[in-house]
Amino acid sequence: MAAKTTLETLQNIKQEVLAQQEAADSIRILVGMGTCGISAGAIDVFEAMKAELAEKKDIENVQIIPCGCAGMCTYEPIVEVVVPGKKRVTYVHVTPAMAEEIMYKHILGGDPVVKYTIDGEFKTLSEQNFYKKQKRVVLKNCGEINPEDIREYISKDGYQALAKAVLEMTPEDVIETMKASGLRGRGGGGFPTGMKWSFAAPNKADQKYIICNADEGDPGAFMDRSVLEGDPHAVLEAMAIGGYAIGASKGFIYVRAEYPVAVQRLMTAIHQAREMGLLGQNILGSKFSFDIDIRLGAGAFVCGEETALIASIEGKRGMSRNKPPFPAKEGLWGKPTCINNVETLANIPQIILNGADWFRGFGTEKSPGTKVFALGGKINQTGLVEVPMGVTLREVIYDIGEGIPDGKAFKAVQTGGPSGGCITTENLDIPIDFDNLVAIGSMMGSGGMIVMDEDNCMVDIARFFLDFTVDESCGKCVPCREGTKRLHENLIKITDGNGTPEDLDKLEELADNIKATSLCGLGQTAPNPVLSTLKHFRDEYEAHVNDKKCPALVCKPLLTFEIKDDCRGCTLCSRMCPVRAIEGETKKVHVINQDKCTKCGTCLTVCKFGSIIKY
Amino acid sequence: MAKKANGTGDCIKPNDPRFKELKAYIDSVRGQQGINIMVLQEAQRIFGYVPLEVQKWISLELDDVSVGELYGISTFYSQFNLTKQGKHKISVCLGTACYVKGAQAIVEALQQQLDVEVGGISEDGMFTLEATRCLGCCSLAPVMMIDDDVYAKLYDTKQIPEILDKYYLESELDEEMDEAIESEVDA
Repeated sequence: MAAKTTLETLQNIKQEVLAQQEAADSIRILVGMGTCGISAGAIDVFEAMKAELAEKKDIENVQIIPCGCAGMCTYEPIVEVVVPGKKRVTYVHVTPAMAEEIMYKHILGGDPVVKYTIDGEFKTLSEQNFYKKQKRVVLKNCGEINPEDIREYISKDGYQALAKAVLEMTPEDVIETMKASGLRGRGGGGFPTGMKWSFAAPNKADQKYIICNADEGDPGAFMDRSVLEGDPHAVLEAMAIGGYAIGASKGFIYVRAEYPVAVQRLMTAIHQAREMGLLGQNILGSKFSFDIDIRLGAGAFVCGEETALIASIEGKRGMSRNKPPFPAKEGLWGKPTCINNVETLANIPQIILNGADWFRGFGTEKSPGTKVFALGGKINQTGLVEVPMGVTLREVIYDIGEGIPDGKAFKAVQTGGPSGGCITTENLDIPIDFDNLVAIGSMMGSGGMIVMDEDNCMVDIARFFLDFTVDESCGKCVPCREGTKRLHENLIKITDGNGTPEDLDKLEELADNIKATSLCGLGQTAPNPVLSTLKHFRDEYEAHVNDKKCPALVCKPLLTFEIKDDCRGCTLCSRMCPVRAIEGETKKVHVINQDKCTKCGTCLTVCKFGSIIKY
Repeated sequence: MAKKANGTGDCIKPNDPRFKELKAYIDSVRGQQGINIMVLQEAQRIFGYVPLEVQKWISLELDDVSVGELYGISTFYSQFNLTKQGKHKISVCLGTACYVKGAQAIVEALQQQLDVEVGGISEDGMFTLEATRCLGCCSLAPVMMIDDDVYAKLYDTKQIPEILDKYYLESELDEEMDEAIESEVDA
């Protein structure tokens, strides 16, 4: 039996939780337990702290809280200690042994273990360059609250926006606020959310649906996962608000099965929200009823496309179909359906609560608000970055990400995943927003941002993305099914050293045709990685086809290994060579038989004197 | 390929007791719309894979679903395995962040070491080798997972034999334990 939660109940819970957190002797220990933290060993740390605490039975003022990802993956596992009125202490790269010492000295003894903080200098995360240019709206609760405790979410004004919507606003008001905020879909396309809702709202039907698209398939993007793991209630609240706005009583979250932690936290969150009557019949005493179910994706990138996603929830092969009719008219089981992405949804409660003008206070005129990027690849600080729209890529890469490691030269940054393109040095100072990125031949995409340095071959990168799209094409329309395959074959031909100058023209022609004629977004954008690398790095392609060389020394068939004259004749390479391609006598310079060499690189790795070169 | 190594019980018999568990699940969702994928997911959880005999059984159990439809679904989504899997699953992340940091070398080293193609099972039935899309721990790139264990920052592929040895050793210990128990029972 669901408790009858009212606005008053929410206020009371908030006061209670805050009073407990702000009590003078309260100690909150936040352990970052997103997937990244867990991979780095956070569970053992968490267990070690709990065990230590369990031994001291009379301590009630200490809470050990598993929370979402703070975004700074390089420092995981991260443990933060929060005491009212004192500076937050951040421990990084924590091991179970360190955790025990921290418990003993800091928590019980009151003496922070400075050597385990960042650089051993007592720095907190927010003092890092990484955070200085960030503005946290979507991620504001990630790393701050226990995602498995609805009371903590409520203490951060959780479910207040839903209360405001269903008790004080009409569905039309909600849609108008969303329109005024200018929020655009964060899943890739950047379609205005308020507009999307306004298309579904007037359609009459006995049943309408809200779907949360959490099928984050772009390899190298994990912002949605972090939101689901760190702040699942925000997504549930937003879906309920959306349901109220368009007149839907049922919601589905379509989430990747590869995100077990997120799935489990969502299930917990849904259960808690139902128990409190924040999902279910007559929410907060209003006439509005809404419930949410989870559907697990089964591993198909194309299911990020709206119509394919709907087919998948219906239990079919996830293949896209022609639009119109758009899902807003005929969606899930033929009923009006609105599909919003996780990050988009996570913005909504705050927009309702703080107003459209507040939201427009960040970002640019045409792309208000913030965007979360998953910064990765050849960069010093990898992690999740939330910045106001309009900052430049240079700021993200050099100020937040602290540049390229090992003194290497920056080559390109890839945004938009398999649908996006590469951005080069000349465009690093363009303010990031939806329209600017499209104008320079890439796209926002879901927010993957992979930095590449001089050691990455751009032809190889294009081939890598085509590997992906060939695999993930649903096979329904010919341009995508056959076209991407031919594109891929052509790229392999080039990276294998068999390409001709005509192949480059063919690539371009084929890519343009696929873009123009494919059925859905997957095919229409699949050639982008090829086109953008061709545009910005044509010289690399030409080196592959004309000189049969790979300038970045990546494409193996195009490499030559040679032994320099300073070879000491230790015979190690000759003995290790798997195809016995190296000849030479002891203490004499060895020679590689180029006809036999398979370019595996073993000799280069084993040589202790640096006498082997590849070019 | 390597079928014999999968041990006995390669074929799931109609009287397999695990069908009861699956039936209980189907009964719990029966009547809901669009349950085909969910049922196949549950079947794979129970059996470890969804061979045709299991799909046929499901088709008979669900009134209006043909084997063709189920087969269509199970071959469309990469999550489903139609053949039995190795004892341990190696997933090498080929997300973009891992790829630009050299994940391909890990795949190649494993292929060589285990003498198996991506998607295949090693001859001794110990490992299935898979390349996956982004495990979501990009700061640890390049990474691979063996079952639920994450191996991070594998810049040096020379670490791989040592990692695999751990699983061989574990398996040997398990076998020894089994033998010890058997001989005790015999005695």
